[in-house]
Amino acid sequence: MIMQDILVLLPMLVVAAVSLLVLLAAAFARRHGLAAGMTLVGFIVALASLGLAWTAAPREVAGLLSFDRFVIFGMGLVLAASVFVTASSWAYLRGHDEARGEYYFLLLLASLGSMVLTAASAFATFFLGLELLSVSLYTLIAWRRERGAGAEAGIKYLVLAGATSAFLLFGMALLYAASGSMEISRIALGSAGGKGAADGILAVVGLGMILVAIGFKLAVVPFHLWTPDIYDGSPAPVAGYIATISKGAVAVLLVRLFIPLGADSFVAPGGTGSAFPWVFTIIAGLSMFIGNLLALRENNVKRILAYSSIAHLGYLLVAFVAGGTLAVRAVSFYLVAYFATTLSAFAVIAALSTPEKEADMIDDYVGLASRSPWLAGVFTASLLSLAGLPLTAGFVGKFIILSAGAGAQLWTLIIILAVNGTISIFYYLKIVSAMYRGREGSAAAVDLAPRQPFLTGIALAILTLIVVALGVYPSPMLSLIGLFTGQ
Amino acid sequence: MILVALIAVPLLFGLIGWAFGSRRPLVSRWLALAGNIINLFLAALLWLVYFGLPSSMQMQPAATPWLSLVKWPWIQSLGISFSLGLDGLSLIMVALTAFLGIMSVLASWTGIRERVGFFHLNLSLVLAGVNGVFLALDLFLFAFFWELMLVPMYFLIDIWGHENRHRAAVKFFLFTQIGGLLMLVAIIGLAVVHGMASGSLSFDYRDLLGTTLSPVMGMLLMLGFFAAFAVKLPMFPLHTWLPDAHTEAPTAGSVILAGLLLKTGGYGFIRFVIPLFPAASREFAPIAIALALAGILYGGFMAFGQSDMKRLVAYTSVSHLGFVLLGIYTFNSIALSGAVLQMVSHGISTGALFILVGFLQDRIHTRDLNRMGGLWRQAPRMGAAAMVLAMALVGLPGLVNFVSEFLVMLGTYRVSVVVAVLAGVGLVIAMVYALRMIQLAFHGSPKEKWVFHDLSALETGVLYVMIALLVVLGLFPQPILRVVDQVVAGVLATVGGGA
Repeated sequence: MIMQDILVLLPMLVVAAVSLLVLLAAAFARRHGLAAGMTLVGFIVALASLGLAWTAAPREVAGLLSFDRFVIFGMGLVLAASVFVTASSWAYLRGHDEARGEYYFLLLLASLGSMVLTAASAFATFFLGLELLSVSLYTLIAWRRERGAGAEAGIKYLVLAGATSAFLLFGMALLYAASGSMEISRIALGSAGGKGAADGILAVVGLGMILVAIGFKLAVVPFHLWTPDIYDGSPAPVAGYIATISKGAVAVLLVRLFIPLGADSFVAPGGTGSAFPWVFTIIAGLSMFIGNLLALRENNVKRILAYSSIAHLGYLLVAFVAGGTLAVRAVSFYLVAYFATTLSAFAVIAALSTPEKEADMIDDYVGLASRSPWLAGVFTASLLSLAGLPLTAGFVGKFIILSAGAGAQLWTLIIILAVNGTISIFYYLKIVSAMYRGREGSAAAVDLAPRQPFLTGIALAILTLIVVALGVYPSPMLSLIGLFTGQ
Repeated sequence: MILVALIAVPLLFGLIGWAFGSRRPLVSRWLALAGNIINLFLAALLWLVYFGLPSSMQMQPAATPWLSLVKWPWIQSLGISFSLGLDGLSLIMVALTAFLGIMSVLASWTGIRERVGFFHLNLSLVLAGVNGVFLALDLFLFAFFWELMLVPMYFLIDIWGHENRHRAAVKFFLFTQIGGLLMLVAIIGLAVVHGMASGSLSFDYRDLLGTTLSPVMGMLLMLGFFAAFAVKLPMFPLHTWLPDAHTEAPTAGSVILAGLLLKTGGYGFIRFVIPLFPAASREFAPIAIALALAGILYGGFMAFGQSDMKRLVAYTSVSHLGFVLLGIYTFNSIALSGAVLQMVSHGISTGALFILVGFLQDRIHTRDLNRMGGLWRQAPRMGAAAMVLAMALVGLPGLVNFVSEFLVMLGTYRVSVVVAVLAGVGLVIAMVYALRMIQLAFHGSPKEKWVFHDLSALETGVLYVMIALLVVLGLFPQPILRVVDQVVAGVLATVGGGA
């Protein structure tokens, strides 16, 4: 039996062990390539070990972590994304002087936290995973101290995430007081008003507080205010990390909490098992509108992507509100599509940034198509995918979310999504248009197009391939997801 | 397989041409041209196989309206297949696409000098997308192609357009996108309603035909489709993107916009809105007819007031496409045949006009009518072409525009005399703006001293081939009408329209 436990824990153990190794290695040989290489290999090995974990799933470990197929899917997502973040971090940090081993140590730790979060089945592990992720991110966000914005962003995130943790803990305490149990499934039961599970005002308030914490991590309205500043101040790969892994892990947890995996039907009977579908409906609608509207007047690419990520989580919540198996599939597919797309967008920003200048203003992208056509092509593909246009993953993702919503008769949310899909086109096209414009009349002083290392090229090529493949022939990915979400 | 080739050939030739673009621009021009010629050849082949020589009058009634079908599995878990089908309507539109594709490549032969490879890639991509729209039988695939043709069109306007191109390109994209997304929602809604009734999800057009819908649901879903096609057509209050986009686009872009993208709207009405939602369409017809009339008159008045020659031509499109909408929503076989023919004739004649304006702008670098005048003496060949094309705007007998507008009017007359008379007023306005355009540009005394060459041999060839086609189809419309009639009968059978 212990053997089985070790098998399912293997991916986490690998990441934890590699993180220590990287830290040790950094003490002896401060070589960038070594740390990055070890991290990269560590993530890939962990990813491979998911196969072993699969054989032992479903399994509950010590009442703290539960591993079912969907958790393994979530972990796979976290690990695969970590591989790409590592690759893009390596290219990004090459020119910097700071200690780099610690950066990768923190990256591994953050991914470990995300994995714990996806698998959490008790309040303790929920909190542990969230803190592990947050604490690593404080430092990663402020990694470039010489930029004023970096330190500022780090502090902001520290204060807000700290407050969020307080909310989370207090909410957990209230739920415990109401129900007498520390199991995470109490959250869903409490929300459904299950008999004897949780009663009265305590449970509702507790649940609300936990939702605040989840909303903060997902950066949905009204908990979104930190997003643009943090994205702007972070190094580009870290911003990509926050936009994808940190949100994806929480989204996976949310799905596990509120949507029971069940019979395969494309029409959901009654929506989410939550007593508060309207809460999520309002959050989804507001996130879409506010995210997209705020992005319209923005000229900073990282801030645009921040607002766009707010809107995208709003789209994701539409499927979440719909509930049912198709919704789980829709959320899963959308997460894959959103991960690949967002990671490639941030990888392009990281690749273009130099130690002197972060490539974050739209003006920096003017004429990119003639300077480095491949990078412009990759960025175009990811922006069009974010905009949800055909031949890219975003189109199919949007389509599946709309289908899930239509299956649950959520016509209002669907129309809001359609309207927002149109609004968002405006600011994505602003960037695309800049890339294909001529250089004349542009104010940018330097041409940002450093030579790209081979690794970045490979990472970008794979990500773009995924984005296009999912848009052209999504069937294999859908079957794969079906494998992870089916009974 | 021929259907797949119709989409794949321009795609492939465009991509190869792109690879050559930076070093040998001429290669990408020739490849784009070759792709379109192959497509025209394929369309002609399909025509010969299914409809015989134009001279043979008898035609065996087919058991199924679909002459050629392709169906490959694509996203099985969602009931989506890669399914293409061709009937008479698709065939006409595909042939028009290939023809206008050739003309727009030739029209940009000397005008486009920057990023030639990328230009022809985008041009070919739009054409592939348009062909996809005309052939798709799966509604997901249709929406896929519908949005696919936007991006390259956006690039065509945004990169190679005129002064206000960025604004016009975004406006075009936003308008079309909101319509497209509402249609996507309606498509999904229709599939879900059908899926709940039948127990399996399918996006196949033939499965979804005859889905029973509650009146409210039917109307809502119909409006979703209607929004997309009305924006594209464009119908009167939704047309505001058109003058900007047409004016700012490069010549080839304007030709494709006016000649083909607008036609996808008309095609959508005939293929999807009416057969899928017959009851809701009938109910909505009075509003659609009123808006069509408004478009005919408003477009005409606006065209009269323009001093920008390209903008003038753009507004005439609003007016002429009003006739298409009118012909469709009168549910009368004669008017509907006229509407289909109007799509063809407008595509050729307005395409030719945009090419002519483009040639003129290449020479004198202005489109302002008030700065022209007396150009006929400078360029008699250009003047003659402009004169004939202006007469096409008016609908002069002998040109195919006359036949199509006459058929629409005739059919409408049988349904409502008042509507027919009001539409007739539109033709009077057409006379005024067409003559004003010719007068200001080519007659009178020159306002400024322009010195430029008349049309080159290639340019003359392009324009005169298009004019010749207008005349030939105007004198012998029967080959096309024969094909159209079969389609029209099928469409009207679903909605229960009279002859």
